[in-house]
Amino acid sequence: MPLTIPTERWTAHVQTATIGATEAEGGTRTSTVTIGGEQTLPFLHFEGETPNRPVIAIEVLDEQPSGWPEPLSRHYEDVWGDPVAWAQKAVEEFGADLICLRLVSANPEGSDASADECAETIQSVLNAVGVPLIIWGCGNDDKDNEIMPFCSQAAAGERCVLGSATQDNYKTICASALADNQMIISESPLDINIQKQVNILVTDMGMDLGDIILYQVTGGLGYGVEYAYSILERTRLAALDGDKMLQMPMLSIVGSEAWRVKEAWQPEEEAPEWGPLEKRGIIWEAATATLFLHAGTDILVMRHPEAVTHVRNHIDEMMSGQPV
Amino acid sequence: MFVIGERINGMFTDVKKAIQAQDPAPIQQLARDQVAAGANALDINVGPASSDKLGAMRWLVEITKEVVDVPLCIDTTNAEVMKAGLEAAEGNAIINSTTGEEERMEKIVPLATEYDCPLIGLTIDAEGVPRDANGRMEVAMRIVQACMEQGIAMTDLYIDAVILPVNALQQVPQEVLNTLRMCKALSDPPPQTVIGLSNVSQGALHRELINRIYLVMALANGLDAAIMDPLDTELMDAAITAEVLLNRSVYCDDFLKAYRK
Repeated sequence: MPLTIPTERWTAHVQTATIGATEAEGGTRTSTVTIGGEQTLPFLHFEGETPNRPVIAIEVLDEQPSGWPEPLSRHYEDVWGDPVAWAQKAVEEFGADLICLRLVSANPEGSDASADECAETIQSVLNAVGVPLIIWGCGNDDKDNEIMPFCSQAAAGERCVLGSATQDNYKTICASALADNQMIISESPLDINIQKQVNILVTDMGMDLGDIILYQVTGGLGYGVEYAYSILERTRLAALDGDKMLQMPMLSIVGSEAWRVKEAWQPEEEAPEWGPLEKRGIIWEAATATLFLHAGTDILVMRHPEAVTHVRNHIDEMMSGQPV
Repeated sequence: MFVIGERINGMFTDVKKAIQAQDPAPIQQLARDQVAAGANALDINVGPASSDKLGAMRWLVEITKEVVDVPLCIDTTNAEVMKAGLEAAEGNAIINSTTGEEERMEKIVPLATEYDCPLIGLTIDAEGVPRDANGRMEVAMRIVQACMEQGIAMTDLYIDAVILPVNALQQVPQEVLNTLRMCKALSDPPPQTVIGLSNVSQGALHRELINRIYLVMALANGLDAAIMDPLDTELMDAAITAEVLLNRSVYCDDFLKAYRK
């Protein structure tokens, strides 16, 4: 007797978003990225369409980082003083679908780079790579409100994603996005209710539903990922149930979180039971990315090229619709 | 919840006047206002406004269609008027309604298949409105069966447990709540449920208050849809709040605004 798999019939689907603008659309991107549109929970192809595959953004910092474990840093030491070279390597050698450019140099407690300097960096990166760009501030609200309008202007027409709008600080970034035809990251501290509230605030300001990417602040594996998974899953379920304020595609930051954990950097002599350092960070990053993928994440922001390859292969398998 | 706006009904003076004068403006304004207030569908009922029920129904559907896209709930007991309304609505409609009487079901249920639209089934049979929940369930079962035989999906059937005025039949509101719960055990998946909310307060005082409290009670007992007045802001607020309390809608600080976006 054939087994009938019970299927769910969702009445709504995830919002579609397209990042990047080609020449025909007023930008200079040679490729664009379309995400979202899912009609069911992740990869349940027997139940609904998944018209767009999840994508991988590789993180590029606008200045040399410190404290990166060697298995990771060895891939970027030749480029990490130069965000242009870094972005190029991420696209040409590691196959990034997008670049996530973090303007860490703007941090007032660090290099305190100026708005002009940041804008210049963005222009250079846009000239150097053809993939769409996520532009993320330094995390200091006052400084970001100063630099983001300049950065947005420097990228006007390119349909970049500006990071990020929070419950307490969203007006400046929305104004820039509206003025320059950009998209925004809608950020929440791992709280589904705040996520919904931020989306109300930004749509009240005029942001279109198709110009918003959701971002819950999550840790890496071992740092509450089960709870994070449940929040992302609840968000996706609400989307499929028709909640327009939670229907947007989702982004997860994986690389920076996974490589912070002890397991990614503690030397073998100190933790022999953890196995070779060589592999640990890669596995940690790939595992963290995979679990968020299955919660519904559409954009994974990653670092290590091998982890990227593992996860991309996994996405290929899951999108093929064939038994794995 | 699925809100069916009740205002385009010839028993309301403004609608009656508009029908008699063939003046589309007030009807179209009501249509726009109800949808803007959150109505997912609009009930269209000629009421006592005209002796040419067929012509009036056609006219109401046509002018409403001009200004809104939501399904139109064709509200009539006359099969010919029903067909005219469904034709005019070009399938973007809901059939309101059939009863559980054999000869009525034979006429009306096939229209749901013919026009590919949802159907409301009142738990009334040849003897009238059943006394209690069990009586209503017997009729509901017959309606479900008739629909299943015609291949109508349970998600396209709305069982209406016939709420009656609390000032006259005070035991009925509770019987209806019981019926709403019991309907969910009728089949898998179960049919949807709907009530004509304003009937509960007909002839009573403090109508808005009674409507508001009863809607919340009904939602807590699994109600899926209501024919109600979306222009009653407090009523809509109560429904939205109930949905949050029942974990059917994610809370956020602006939850009243969220629903209306």
